[in-house]
Amino acid sequence: MSAETSFFHGAARVAGRNLTVWRRYAAASALGNFGEPLLYLIALGYGLGRVVPPIDGLSYPEFLAPALIVSTVMYTATFEGTFGAYTRLTTQGTFDAILATPVTVSEIVAGEILWGGLKSAFGATVVLTVVRAFGLVPSWLALGVVPLGFLAGAMFYAMALCMTALSKSYEFFNYYFTLVVAPMYLFSGVFFPLEGAPPWAHRLAQVLPLTHVVAVSRGLVRGQPTWSTLGHAAVVLGCAAAAMAVAARLLRRRLQI
Amino acid sequence: MSPVVEASALEKRYADFVAVAGIDFRIEKGECFGFLGPNGAGKTSTMRMLQSVSLPSAGQLRVLGMDPLHDGKRIRTRLGVCPQADNLDPDLPVLDNLLVYGSYFPQARALTARRADELLDFVALGDKRDHAIPELSGGMKRRLVIARALINDPELLLLDEPTTGLDPQARHLIWTKLRELRARGVTMVLTTHYMDEAERLCDRLVIMDHGKVLAEDTPRALIETHVGHEVFELGATAAESRDFLAGVELCGAVHEHTGDLLVVFLTKKHDLSERLIERARQAGARYLLRNASLEDVFLKLTGRELEE
Repeated sequence: MSAETSFFHGAARVAGRNLTVWRRYAAASALGNFGEPLLYLIALGYGLGRVVPPIDGLSYPEFLAPALIVSTVMYTATFEGTFGAYTRLTTQGTFDAILATPVTVSEIVAGEILWGGLKSAFGATVVLTVVRAFGLVPSWLALGVVPLGFLAGAMFYAMALCMTALSKSYEFFNYYFTLVVAPMYLFSGVFFPLEGAPPWAHRLAQVLPLTHVVAVSRGLVRGQPTWSTLGHAAVVLGCAAAAMAVAARLLRRRLQI
Repeated sequence: MSPVVEASALEKRYADFVAVAGIDFRIEKGECFGFLGPNGAGKTSTMRMLQSVSLPSAGQLRVLGMDPLHDGKRIRTRLGVCPQADNLDPDLPVLDNLLVYGSYFPQARALTARRADELLDFVALGDKRDHAIPELSGGMKRRLVIARALINDPELLLLDEPTTGLDPQARHLIWTKLRELRARGVTMVLTTHYMDEAERLCDRLVIMDHGKVLAEDTPRALIETHVGHEVFELGATAAESRDFLAGVELCGAVHEHTGDLLVVFLTKKHDLSERLIERARQAGARYLLRNASLEDVFLKLTGRELEE
């Protein structure tokens, strides 16, 4: 037996544990990732879209599709990082059990976030396949939403993990979903363009991380990345790093009494 | 030989209370060492420090010759932990619980798989490999937790109340398994508030209360030192027991009265039992003469009153 495990070993095994569990429910999980965006695409994209004039030369389904990929990522990561991680933290005692092994708190946090990224990247891939089937993906650059899904998923997961570390009950997550996640879903340029909105609303949207993820996704799926796409990607990266640092701090406090 | 665990003036303080208030102990290789105490005595806090998950607030602690502050990871690599709360992974079937847990240790997957098979047989769960955790009885779950704690072939096994909440058959099976492990030379640390468990399993133990060690010795020696060899109990009110004691020469034997019970502790030199029984018969009172047990030591040292 080697003397000590590495940080990466610990993080990978924590993510691996979640992957092992997930594989048992993969079909149900994929259905969730697949079904909901499909319904939105049909109802809003093609239903409501009939009365929506073109946006920047795009039909409404074309406008909506790249954003649906990343809003799925946000919800996948957020649900897993709140309800899923909270269950592992509290009722199941999964983290307590792991802490009796050589795995450290930091490795648990890293492994959990790695898992959030992987699951989100999977969700992004599923939705990408769906919108591709509708002929809404003109560029190969769209494959970039898979790594984008990983990065954005890790960010949203880390944000959710902060809530989990602070939460005393499942009910607590209602605040997060109602006050943070839902407004982000509605006002990040998923359903309507931010360009042309009043300047204050435009500025406000820049505070929401999803806004930047949506912007990167549109650039990639349309095959027209610009310097501003790169700027948005940098913001996502920065937010992800910050959220991970805070999550690690909060969870360490919560776990190491 | 250096001890497996050595603690001196060990303390654990939380924001608003002191869980462990400066304790000393040494645990030698191959022995089963017990921490006995009521709820809140500081047993679990001590275990968490041994586990190197929670760090001491003050004092010295060395586990397997290492310092938990710097070598927590290396210590835990060689430790087996059977926690008080059942934290088996309900998302995974029986065998996968062992395989996934084993993956957290620096050992090859094939070795983990081989040990998992052996351990399931050892705890008599060989035919339950594919069962879901919620399908298992309480005793089966606890045996699986013990198997899980052994997946890395630990040098030191920490058992936090291993049989709490189990029925007598399940407890006896677990004791059998733990004695087998002790016979193989695995060093064990056990917390319990079951006296019979401590008496059966522990080579040496400490009795704790309010974060302090009240006594340390072998179970036999603790009983002889603190209680004697027999205990006489009499069902009596305070007034009745005063009357009772007025009519008998106790020769220095220690007695206590609580609630509706008079308790007299007898050593061999007292030779009082016949006289006490005679007197009880005259008074027509209910009485009991029995061997002294660890429970008597425990109650004598920690008090008979409920601590909450």
